[in-house]
Amino acid sequence: MGGLMQVVFDALSLGSLYALGALGIALIFGVMRLVNFAHGDVIAFCVFALLWPSVDAVAIIFAGNLPWFLLIPFTLAVGAGLSVLSEVVVFRRFRRVNPATMMIASFALGFVIRYFLLMLFSSRPKSILLLPGLSQPVEIFGARIPLLQLITILVTIAVLIGLTAFLRRTRFGLEMRAAAENFTMARMLGVRANRVIMGAFALSGALAAAIALILGSQTGTANIMMGASVMLMAFIATVIGGMGSLAGAVIAGFALGAIATVMQVILPPDARAFRDAFVYGAVILVLIFRPQGLLAARGTRERV
Amino acid sequence: MSLLSLSNVSVRYGRLTAVRGVTFTLAEGEVLFITGPNGAGKSSLLRAIAGVTPPAGGRVDFADHDITGEAPEDIARLGLSMVPEGRDVFGSLTIEENLMVGTGMHAATRGWRARAATELEAVYATFPILKERRHSQAGLLSGGQQQMLVIGRALMTTPRLVAIDEPSLGLAPNITDQVYERLIALRAERKLTLLIVEQSSTRAMMIGGRMMLMRGGEIVLDGDARALGQSEAMQAAYFGYGDH
Repeated sequence: MGGLMQVVFDALSLGSLYALGALGIALIFGVMRLVNFAHGDVIAFCVFALLWPSVDAVAIIFAGNLPWFLLIPFTLAVGAGLSVLSEVVVFRRFRRVNPATMMIASFALGFVIRYFLLMLFSSRPKSILLLPGLSQPVEIFGARIPLLQLITILVTIAVLIGLTAFLRRTRFGLEMRAAAENFTMARMLGVRANRVIMGAFALSGALAAAIALILGSQTGTANIMMGASVMLMAFIATVIGGMGSLAGAVIAGFALGAIATVMQVILPPDARAFRDAFVYGAVILVLIFRPQGLLAARGTRERV
Repeated sequence: MSLLSLSNVSVRYGRLTAVRGVTFTLAEGEVLFITGPNGAGKSSLLRAIAGVTPPAGGRVDFADHDITGEAPEDIARLGLSMVPEGRDVFGSLTIEENLMVGTGMHAATRGWRARAATELEAVYATFPILKERRHSQAGLLSGGQQQMLVIGRALMTTPRLVAIDEPSLGLAPNITDQVYERLIALRAERKLTLLIVEQSSTRAMMIGGRMMLMRGGEIVLDGDARALGQSEAMQAAYFGYGDH
């Protein structure tokens, strides 16, 4: 029983990260058809924003020493700020061009962020102690679960509920949903394009920051490549979920987390090194039968 | 006093010119039908007025503002509401949500919520079917109901001018009758100025008002709908024979 619960919590916490990442991508794709490959680098940036710039092997923790009730808003603000800045400085100029050009611009932006970090911090991973005290285990149903894992899951659920309420109950949320489905029509009804797009970027950046906090405390390291592995899975989750479908992104994120965790358990030890190959195999199977994703977003359907 | 005035407006898509040098004015309270065969540039003209496709040349004035090249949201906020071809409902939103999207443009003014609620009741009074189904997804409505929804949605922004692109497209004739009946009633109630694009001139002749005929991106005829409808010039321009 304890072993099973362990697997369930592992799957949920891994899936939470994928779901948060996928949401950040789907939000932006929804309003401007941009696949933002810089998202993973925003995550890394948020972690390094907590450190003082130095190329030494030992991290000089700066903002990371703030008490949690300041640390969390600070990091969220950094993520949202960087994300909005990237919209204003980079993506706004590409809005009228085709999505492929925008996607390449996002690659370029990702490299700029990554090499900026490389310049200030070097490429060596640094060990950091973020939110200490979260690594102690708690006992649930006979399983010993790290407190952090439990918090990750709870935070993700809170974010999902909060985001749903925001999209369903507020005027800004209504405008975002309308714009995600038919941007031109929304504008013809007076919805301000810039406001909606900047709002989506701010939300997406804040989600990246949440992942940064979780990853930073989970792994105890700061690494300029740390966003990449989560983001790869998160991208896949957005594709499987149906590009731009927020619910689909979340469901697919959790599904991928579950598949990866279960494979880790059931695969024979020799095959475990190839776990990701099996996960991608499952992804291919899904896409063969549902090329439009699990829940196709309305705006992306072919018009007849 | 003219509400909308176009002078020498042209629209281009790459090397293709869809509208060339269109000039006309529309007075407050007037009904104008723009008719013409497929590909005449009617929809392109509407899209240019609404700011969706900025004009390649010329000038558009609306309510004493030069709106040439302005963003669609800014034009909408001046009181020009566009109902595009193909009934662009937000299919995943409920009917009521669809209706409420456009009310946000007044969010900076005092008491806008109360006014939006009054406006909503007024739209529901005009289109009772929308009230009945207000919490269902707009994508599930029939074509005629969707047409009523997009007209209602345009009215929710309390516009001065409503521009409608092919309200009869894909609708059964009796449904089209209903839609037009409501439009004409609304016009009288609210002193609306209407700009209606239709492929056929039959409606314009039935309802009356002013009619312009477009062909090859230009306005070839402009006059009273009933008088024009019976003229030979109309037939000639429409079917493309004669000397044009």
